[in-house]
Amino acid sequence: MADQVPLSMTVNGRTRRGQGEPRLTLADFLREQALCTGVHLGCEHGVCGSCTVLMDGEAVRSCLLFAVQAEGAHITTVEGLAPDDETLHPVQEAFRDCHGLQCGFCTPGFVVSVAAFLEANPDPSDDEIRHGIAGNLCRCTGYQGIVAATRQAAGVMRGGE
Amino acid sequence: MASTSAAARYVGQSVKRLEDPRLVTGHGRYVDDIVLPGMLHVAFGRSDLARAAITHLDTSAAEALDGVHAVFTAANLNSHNDSLRASLHPPESPAPPANMLADGDVRFVGDPYVMVVAESRYIAEDAIELVDVEFEPLEPVVDYETAADSEIHVHPELGGNLAHDLPVPNPAQQEAFENAAHIITETWHQHRQTNVPMETRGIVASWQPHAGVMEVWASTQSPHEMQLVGARVLGIGEHKIVVHFGDVGGGFGQKMFLGREDMAVLVAAKLLASPLKWIEDRRENLLASNHARIEQMTVKMAVDEDGNFLAADLDQLEDDGAYPLGGPATPGAMATMLYPGPYRMGPVSWRARTVYTNTCGRGAYRGPWQMESVAREQMIDRVAREIGMDPLELRRRNVLKPDDLPYQVSTGLHFETTISPEQTLEQAAEMIGYDDFRAEQAKAREQGRYLGLGMALYIEPTSMGMGPLGTESAMLRVEVDGHVNVFMGTGSHGQSLETTIAQLVADELGVRPEDVTLHQGHGSGYGFGTGGSRSAVIAGSAARAAASGVRDKVVAIAAHLMEASADDLEVADGVISVKGTPAASMTMAQVAATAYQNSDALPPGTEAGLEHTARYKAPPATHSNACHICTCELDPDTGKVTLLRYVVSEDCGVLINPMVVDGQIAGGVVQGIGGVLYEHCVYDESGNPLASTFLDYLVPTAAEVPELECGHVVVPSDTPGGHKGTGEGGAIGAPPAVFNAVADALAPFGVYPNRQPLDPNAVLSLIASASD
Repeated sequence: MADQVPLSMTVNGRTRRGQGEPRLTLADFLREQALCTGVHLGCEHGVCGSCTVLMDGEAVRSCLLFAVQAEGAHITTVEGLAPDDETLHPVQEAFRDCHGLQCGFCTPGFVVSVAAFLEANPDPSDDEIRHGIAGNLCRCTGYQGIVAATRQAAGVMRGGE
Repeated sequence: MASTSAAARYVGQSVKRLEDPRLVTGHGRYVDDIVLPGMLHVAFGRSDLARAAITHLDTSAAEALDGVHAVFTAANLNSHNDSLRASLHPPESPAPPANMLADGDVRFVGDPYVMVVAESRYIAEDAIELVDVEFEPLEPVVDYETAADSEIHVHPELGGNLAHDLPVPNPAQQEAFENAAHIITETWHQHRQTNVPMETRGIVASWQPHAGVMEVWASTQSPHEMQLVGARVLGIGEHKIVVHFGDVGGGFGQKMFLGREDMAVLVAAKLLASPLKWIEDRRENLLASNHARIEQMTVKMAVDEDGNFLAADLDQLEDDGAYPLGGPATPGAMATMLYPGPYRMGPVSWRARTVYTNTCGRGAYRGPWQMESVAREQMIDRVAREIGMDPLELRRRNVLKPDDLPYQVSTGLHFETTISPEQTLEQAAEMIGYDDFRAEQAKAREQGRYLGLGMALYIEPTSMGMGPLGTESAMLRVEVDGHVNVFMGTGSHGQSLETTIAQLVADELGVRPEDVTLHQGHGSGYGFGTGGSRSAVIAGSAARAAASGVRDKVVAIAAHLMEASADDLEVADGVISVKGTPAASMTMAQVAATAYQNSDALPPGTEAGLEHTARYKAPPATHSNACHICTCELDPDTGKVTLLRYVVSEDCGVLINPMVVDGQIAGGVVQGIGGVLYEHCVYDESGNPLASTFLDYLVPTAAEVPELECGHVVVPSDTPGGHKGTGEGGAIGAPPAVFNAVADALAPFGVYPNRQPLDPNAVLSLIASASD
């Protein structure tokens, strides 16, 4: 077994310290040591997008990064999006309003990806939405509710500016 | 007792899901989120060869690795106590030899032969690499079309590769074939696909030695199947296995049954007395969970000169792989029996065969016998083309109309008066603008563009009420504070039952949906779980009956306390009031508090408490029906198919939650689109699976699917709520609709596709074959 290395990063605004082998993935660190079990592993080879988190504001696949690569970074997971325990982020609210989820397993990755997508493109066309979220897989919804939710969230987030 | 149901306040509304706040914020609890003190992790070593003898197996280096607690092979694991059979599989019926780990030989790529238990999954996988194993490769049976005649036997114990052969002749059809104006024959092929729930399979098992109790958290559609089979595998009483049901990330049939890995984890957890976790990785899921759909049906149809169907003869062959999940499957017999579908088909004869091959086992996948619709609807388009009739007109001519109902099908099915195939056909044709599209298509063809339209019409026997599937129960309890807890044997894994069952209970009992909490798994009464489009009808009817029983009591108690006549009371949103005098009222909480904590104030002879258990027995089948129509454009240079529009007209009876129904349909449709155009579990001729990642197994993304347009025809079923199942339908109707659209777009080339997938390569080779 390789030596353990110390790890430290800011996760959802709080400092999280831990340790792991150099091969420990960021996803496993977040799930097992930062206790962010909303980070879901759907493929562990970077295609499904369920493990998407924000690293210093950029959407990344936490299954494709080693935890050591995130040393000192600011990570936001799906648990860190809502402003408080009673309020949903506009993207989360829209997913609920538009039935953008069924089993909910892919949802954290979608929510984070859509939040990042709308930051970069606040007023997307439907075609841009479909391509913008094409890096995440959902097997339940046929994407109908997810596209609608992205459209709704875009409107709400623009209106809120 | 006068206790008429409250008017529907919540049934029929797109109530926002009660599940969602936790799921959209990452606070669901899936099996991989379960962490127990001292928990160890499991990884399996799997065969890289389709068929081979294990000539050497030495696990000592793996055992010696720091952090490894145990290494199991067949030699020290397979001494299970009892049967590994699934509940749907009768003990006396033939089956492959049951084992958890491959014993002496491996029979498909992915066959588990070693299991490591270690402090982390990382270490467990390291240890797998240290297992010293040697194989002697043997020639495998890969091609299911020739498997029955092969001298190589997948399971030597069985003496052959034929799992089932069910011939059902029908002499009545001979005359029809002799006198038919047209006899048209084709063999339709479906290709190998797999369910792909976004959450793979997984289980956590924890044995409590002196209590003799196994505690289980599992990603399952059927907590009671997990309990019953787990108890059989472990040789313990059912009461000694506790199955916790949390969030489940999809299944589509894959999680109805226990896999060999689930059983191995249970047995190992007991042997080691340590909590164990196994989470399947995606490669395992794509290679070794279950495959589906790989089958073919040769159809011969007799048609008269006006296009009336006279008779059909069917020959179905399907591939069960090596170890079918849930036991040897016989969807082929269902596929042939259901072939007549929503049409007057005349006498039908059939033969259904299933063979074993050295490939991943077959399993249930959303509409396991949808080959009936695939073969029939593709055949009808072929017939239309052969006899020069418009495919919509041909369907109109033969579809069952209200005057035909009830209808006895020659294959033994019986349709009630509550189906509506003709109505859905017409609604879908209207929605797509059939005539306008045909005009547009003709114009496009003049411009060298290739548009196509495909349709599919089907009847689905949902909520089947036989054997272990036949019933569900609901134990409903109004608690002291007035909140309602319902305990059910379902296994909601995306179907929104926490919301839809709450809607049913809310209406029946007179509370709000948010006052109702559904509990599944431990503590619920036996039920087969969620699958087979059964929860709305069977579980829903049980919930309704349980709520009705409690409501009677609520009204009786309230009438006594308020000194009013029960007939004058109404219950809504948790308030019991005198009709027309809303000021005279009391709350559900007040009634409940009296029932539990002041029982002396109850009406004389009334049992204390507010609870009721009901079990519902379903009729043999509750038929839903739908029509799918889609349009596409095909690029003859690249072979790319782009879907333009997709409409569904469906009849699932009374909709509990339209948003949820549309969501179920959409999910099924997109699985069907993926199946025809993108997804394929490819094996090479040596039995090597080539699609082992999501880069090879192409699940559709948002960029590949059109907007879905749903129309609803509502003919209530005869079951208590008037509902019909709807979970599988999308995946039944979509494959033939998409296939027919592509075939229609290809028609100008004079080619006749008869197999999926219709990916760009297939489309281009069809076009190339035309110019040969």
